[in-house]
Amino acid sequence: MTALLLDRRQLLLGGAALLAIGGPARAEASTVRITVEKLAFVPEEITVRAGDTIEWVNKDPFAHTATVKGGWEVAIPPGKTGTRVAAAGDDIEYYCRFHPNMKGRIVVSA
Amino acid sequence: MKTLSAALGAACLVFAASLAGAADKPTDPQIAHIAYSAGVIDVEAAKLALTKTQNPDVKAFAESMQKDHEAVNDAALALVKKLGVTPEDNETSQSLAKAAEAKRAELGKLDGAAFDKAYIDNEVAYHQQVNGALETLLIPSAENGELKSLLETGLKLFQGHQQHAEHVAAGLK
Ligand SMILES: [Cu+2]
Repeated sequence: MTALLLDRRQLLLGGAALLAIGGPARAEASTVRITVEKLAFVPEEITVRAGDTIEWVNKDPFAHTATVKGGWEVAIPPGKTGTRVAAAGDDIEYYCRFHPNMKGRIVVSA
Repeated sequence: MKTLSAALGAACLVFAASLAGAADKPTDPQIAHIAYSAGVIDVEAAKLALTKTQNPDVKAFAESMQKDHEAVNDAALALVKKLGVTPEDNETSQSLAKAAEAKRAELGKLDGAAFDKAYIDNEVAYHQQVNGALETLLIPSAENGELKSLLETGLKLFQGHQQHAEHVAAGLK
């Protein structure tokens, strides 16, 4: 059921996804990478589709997190990578629990 | 805003007073020493907290302080080695160390919730003080670009710590 919906949506929105993500139209979920460096999420805002994998690559020697207030949290250990499969409800802002001045935003495209 | 400007004022007093005797602005070897000392002080405070606290949020905060300040001090040591700079002890480092020693003795007498509150309140104030000094004195005075860049990363890190401490403090009330 979900796969069916996803397929149809991709057919309809192939062009929109191309514009939003800037890559070729994809038949399957992809990985969107965020670099965590010098206490910042780069890019600060990403656009994904539900099912895409979000990958935070930590280049700092400090432990960070991607934390949603009242929601999920991904640990991003120093020099390592944290991941999450984007859900439909992930259209949100997040921050680092250890350094709340670090902020990022996830936009889920239809 | 009021507390922020008060803290900046206090930081200026501490740092300016101790530097007034020597040159107007600290040299790179002095800046390196001050920044390193400020980190060591917070690591020591974290170690004390880890022997005392039972509160999971305070414990997580202290663990983060210990790891982060050790990591940034490792980076600072690697940088001064690379630059061939020998950190130079100075009045500001000494007054920081002296104030920290007094605070540690004070915290050492407390336990339980009273310790947690006093430790976290001091962490907020301490990071405010160090951030004020970084912004108004240490970063503008740094000559070497790499040292300046490390101090700027340090400022972002310590601003994050200050906010983290403020969050923990809010949860203790
Ligand atoms: Cu962080």
